[in-house]
Amino acid sequence: MKVLVAVKRVIDYNVKVRVKPDNTGVDLANVKMAMNPFCEIAVEEAVRLKEKGVATEIVVVSIGAKACQEQIRTALALGADRGIHIETDEEVQSLEAAKLLKAVVEKEEPKLVILGKQSIDTDNNQTGQMLAALTGMGQGTFASEVVVEGDKVNVTREVDGGLTTVALNLPAVVTTDLRLNEPRYASLPNIMKAKKKPLDGMTPADLGVELAPRLSTLKVEAPASRQAGVKVADVAELVDKLKNEAKVI
Amino acid sequence: MSILVIAEHDNSSLKQATLNVVAAAKAVGGDIDVLVAGENCGAVGEAAGKIEGVSKVLVADNAVYGHFLGENLGLLVADLGKGYSHIFAAAGTTGKDFMPRVAALLDVAQISDIVRVESEDTFVRPIYAGNAIATVKSSDSIKVVTVRPTGFDPVSGEGGSAAVEALDNVQDAGVSSFVSEQVAESDRPDLASAGIVISGGRGMQNGENFKMLEQVADLLGAAVGASRAAVDAGFVPNDMQVGQTGKIVAPQLYVAVGISGAIQHLAGMSDSKVIVAINKDEEAPIFQVADYGLVADLFEAVPQLEEELKKAL
Ligand SMILES: Cc1cc2nc3c(=O)[nH]c(=O)nc-3n(C[C@H](O)[C@H](O)[C@H](O)COP(=O)(O)OP(=O)(O)OC[C@H]3O[C@@H](n4cnc5c(N)ncnc54)[C@H](O)[C@@H]3O)c2cc1C
Repeated sequence: MKVLVAVKRVIDYNVKVRVKPDNTGVDLANVKMAMNPFCEIAVEEAVRLKEKGVATEIVVVSIGAKACQEQIRTALALGADRGIHIETDEEVQSLEAAKLLKAVVEKEEPKLVILGKQSIDTDNNQTGQMLAALTGMGQGTFASEVVVEGDKVNVTREVDGGLTTVALNLPAVVTTDLRLNEPRYASLPNIMKAKKKPLDGMTPADLGVELAPRLSTLKVEAPASRQAGVKVADVAELVDKLKNEAKVI
Repeated sequence: MSILVIAEHDNSSLKQATLNVVAAAKAVGGDIDVLVAGENCGAVGEAAGKIEGVSKVLVADNAVYGHFLGENLGLLVADLGKGYSHIFAAAGTTGKDFMPRVAALLDVAQISDIVRVESEDTFVRPIYAGNAIATVKSSDSIKVVTVRPTGFDPVSGEGGSAAVEALDNVQDAGVSSFVSEQVAESDRPDLASAGIVISGGRGMQNGENFKMLEQVADLLGAAVGASRAAVDAGFVPNDMQVGQTGKIVAPQLYVAVGISGAIQHLAGMSDSKVIVAINKDEEAPIFQVADYGLVADLFEAVPQLEEELKKAL
């Protein structure tokens, strides 16, 4: 079966995020960018499904400026077979991303679509669910285990109360949580090979989707910063402070 | 304006987060209706009727909603939501699951995880793991919003007397079904709403050692949490993770034990009123946000803490 994986280029998770002085956004100039960690987990899961003989082809798609071809190449180096780049320099919000992915799903007809549960920039946690709704598919969000059996997929989900397992008809959408797998690193030979793998370019217009953002960001500010407090000498002093100074116990 | 709030519950009791979401709805203004969708959830409907400031409670009681499948809830809430200006739900794993479906079905954007209401169309939300705070304005006719409960002081769950109406609206997408669940049983308070939280990290070394934290927690009536590293290492289950991708907590007192203080962890607890850090590394970043820092080996400090608390409480 064919698996479609969507990946996003975001600020590297180790980078210290700084808000621009004019409060229009976060400073991304000369900042290290990388594949969103949850998308890495999505790619890894697809590759494992292929290694198990469940997946036959992995198509990886990314939406964004030219530079996100880097992340597509990374996914190809990790084991995806071919890439699709939906190129735009505009801001793409979750609903639009879902509409673009829906158009790709209609063309490619994958049995399974795997996405990260959220991207670590906007922290929205929306696109997979929106795609599932627009295509009428079932969804296994925040997945910690994915088992394909016949024409169904069982997904174990990390939820507030523990774990819950759902069975979904295929095709279905899965969004990854942190503990689904541990992504591998790409080997140098695979990075070389990835350069020759096919990568198709297209625009939102080619897919018949008009970008019309519904949300506008009025301002972006740095959070109120906490001041470091005091160091206490020992546990007795700590308990005393909590009881008599902070009065929280 | 009219706001539909989706109640958070487990079919037998209303979760406290619902009261925080109603508070957010009140900040918008207008009529507030509460939807209770579940199975055999009559008692929850009754409880929702008592929430302060609620006009009407709608109860959709049917097996298709019993396990809160996002596909079915999405259809139901999108159908009902057409008649409202705002749809609000808690940004827990249930709301995060079905609300984007609602938004997509209504062809509107979703605004995730708001911590403040500026006006009927403008909301404040953390982005980049809380390293930036965005003010976002929506141009959609229906605002689909998930609310971070810790951002809003709860309204009272008593004193209201809203009419409770049974709905006959059964939406079954027919693409998903519930298989099984592993629910964490605990007599301790709920992590997300506890007044005191004590969390352990990789420094705890194993799951057995978390017993030390549990003993302290029981003295304080606290909930026990963990860092991602402690969950990944298998010390404790996933539902204990605090952080950007785990639970967001803002207790009166947060005690971080053997946790370094990565930004993804801070994203889940830095709104706590008082933060205590116990760490043997005096350079650990957690000390930069801690009100009280104790540089010590936790294997000595935590048993001492238990003893001192027994004396002090
Ligand atoms: C996409 C993404 C999402 C993430 N989401 C989350 C999240 O939601 N929550 C989260 O917590 N993390 C999250 N992380 C992981 C985060 O980056 C850190 O790796 C993690 O928080 C580290 O956990 P820790 O502090 O327990 O471990 P470490 O960083 O290894 O720190 C252990 C600490 O214990 C101290 N210690 C060790 N032994 C002792 C002792 N005997 N006595 C006292 N102190 C001791 C050490 O000095 C050290 O400071 C995420 C990461 C990514 C990439």
